[in-house]
Amino acid sequence: MLRRLKRFGALVRKEMTQTLRDRRTLAIVLITPVIELLLFAYAVDITVDHIPTAVADMSLDAESRALIQALVVSGYFDVAVYLEDEAQVVQAIDEGRARAGLVIPPGFGASIARGEGQALVLLDGSDSFTVQSGYTAAMAIAQARSLDLLVQQAGRMGFGAAVQSLPITTSARILYNPNMDDLVFIVPALAAMLLQILAVNLTAMAVARERELGTIEQLLITPIRPMELMVSKMLPNLLVSSIGLLTVTLMGTFWFGVPFQGNPWLFAWLSLLFIVSGLGLGLLISTVSQTQHQAQQISMMLFMISLLLTGFLYPRAPMPPLVRFVGNLIPLTYFIRLARGVITKGVGLSFLWGDVLALAFYAALIMVLAAVTFKKRLD
Amino acid sequence: MAIRSDDAQTPRRGVSTAAPISARGLVKQFRTRRGLVTAVNGVDLQVEQGETFGLIGPDGAGKTTTLRVILGLLTRTAGESSILGYDSMRDTYAIRERVGYIAQQFTLPPDMTVMENMHFFANVQGVSREGQRRRIPQLLEFAGLSLFTDRLAGQLSGGMKKKLALACSLIHEPQVLMLDEPTLGVDPVSRREFWDLLGNLRAEGGAGGPGGLSAPPPDGGGLPRADPSTPRAVTILVCTPYMDEAERCTRVGLMYRGQLVACDTPKAVKKLVPGRLLEFVPSDLESATPLVIELQGVLAVQSYGLMLHVFVDDPAKRQPEIETALAAHGIACTGMREIEARMEEAFISLIQKAVAAGTPGAG
Repeated sequence: MLRRLKRFGALVRKEMTQTLRDRRTLAIVLITPVIELLLFAYAVDITVDHIPTAVADMSLDAESRALIQALVVSGYFDVAVYLEDEAQVVQAIDEGRARAGLVIPPGFGASIARGEGQALVLLDGSDSFTVQSGYTAAMAIAQARSLDLLVQQAGRMGFGAAVQSLPITTSARILYNPNMDDLVFIVPALAAMLLQILAVNLTAMAVARERELGTIEQLLITPIRPMELMVSKMLPNLLVSSIGLLTVTLMGTFWFGVPFQGNPWLFAWLSLLFIVSGLGLGLLISTVSQTQHQAQQISMMLFMISLLLTGFLYPRAPMPPLVRFVGNLIPLTYFIRLARGVITKGVGLSFLWGDVLALAFYAALIMVLAAVTFKKRLD
Repeated sequence: MAIRSDDAQTPRRGVSTAAPISARGLVKQFRTRRGLVTAVNGVDLQVEQGETFGLIGPDGAGKTTTLRVILGLLTRTAGESSILGYDSMRDTYAIRERVGYIAQQFTLPPDMTVMENMHFFANVQGVSREGQRRRIPQLLEFAGLSLFTDRLAGQLSGGMKKKLALACSLIHEPQVLMLDEPTLGVDPVSRREFWDLLGNLRAEGGAGGPGGLSAPPPDGGGLPRADPSTPRAVTILVCTPYMDEAERCTRVGLMYRGQLVACDTPKAVKKLVPGRLLEFVPSDLESATPLVIELQGVLAVQSYGLMLHVFVDDPAKRQPEIETALAAHGIACTGMREIEARMEEAFISLIQKAVAAGTPGAG
């Protein structure tokens, strides 16, 4: 036991020495998440507004102008160009001059009076975010406009008293993020994502590098056990990742002003669990890779999958079960929920225990897997 | 001393009776894209206590693979192999606690200093703090690295790297030392120094054996052992491409195509050379070689630099015959004399014989 401890201590000292000695790599590793957080947070804007819109108003009456006005006032649509007919509008979208189109047929006002007014909204389907935002906005605006008209009509027809207000009004209160600020939604998840990239990349190279340098041979010929090697590779990187965690969390809170609702200590502990999972995943990648290049390829693929399947950008609920399962293999999936839970919602363990357990189990399992797949021979 | 407690597996065979290094019918096959390649094809090897056994052979003969399989660094396809009675495959960690190993390439962490490397391997091998205090300065002195303790291992010269590797591999006083071409790419002076160090290792404990070829160290002190009650000399298995190094071994084994084609003391191996050896410089080496081979009484011909080494049955009789035959083709011979066959010639001669015999083996 004592020898085991001594061996492990020596390994940890070796890894610490090597990690801290390579100052340049260390600096790059720590600065990268900061730069990425800045770029991503400012670039990723999920709600698309001010969509450049091509308008063909063939009616040119008060009602048509009122509709166009309503669309513009909403802030979702900007009139990019006025055109003659539908064909021209489609062409404008084809050419990329506009991402949406509005076609109002002739005699719009008259048909509204008959209660059968129709306007065509065209959306650039090659960009799903535009479609989502544009479609919802256009529908809502048209409905609001219709209601206005109905109320006006009712008033004119003498039902003024009866239709002063609508029979049902919904009032929505958006919890946690009342101003629908994208940053509040994106920053916790982004911080989590950057942390996973950092953790995985740190260890993904670790064993593969020893293999490539040939230094693995000298380690193999000592009594070092695989698990000792794995854990010792993890510890210095745990320290580096924790610094990364602190940086992105502080930046999120103080630079981007994302309110931190929950308990910071709870978040710190959960993050530690998450970092261990990420480092373990990196180690597993490292043990199954023959070269650093292979390890890099795998962690790149992991990044792509994480982007899509973990709930970082897209909701996981509509995904087919198999795809959702693949997402479950990535620690980020659990931690995004935890990060949003603690940072944005401010809830505690009583609500999050499921994901916490899953992540703890994941961390343990991945370490064992890494140790088991580590070959204690050269072939 | 022989068995350290911790997690040592029980040896399957008696530790004392088995040879320190042993292989029987050892086979190692690699699966490659071109099919199965047999790198080691039935090697039998016994290295006795205190011996320095040299494994020689051309590149790709299977020397490194043999070493690695015996060490348990590679899986074994068939046969048996053990170190100090511990099976290479089953008792992996028992072996790893007891052997010192120098790989062919430099495999110490290059971004750690000499001293950090020493401490690392000492701790990993469970050398006590007190043992380290005594032993590390001794080893550094022994390896001539005392002045370079703060230098990064990767920044040492080739020779110093090898000496550091040796020092690190000796930190836990291994009973067996496995060296894979330890002086490859090292200058001749450093090579000599390295082998002098090995000589010192052998000399200590008095079990120098018949191969105590190396002179005792000038200062008279070999590497002092921590425990004087273990006078057993280190048993060494070394792969080497250098024939002068092979001469310094107590026994040598010649590997060719995965098989051990000869195995004896250097003296006996040299005796395997057919006939006696004539050396001379022909004025035209290229045309002289085929002419000489055809002559009567000539057993084998090897070129050696600008010289031709000719094995003949009777030097006194054949010398004038060769001179005459070559003169007839306008080729002059200078400095013809009989020389003692060295390992070099023996090696080439044995390989030629093996090639002629069409030794089955790796394809």
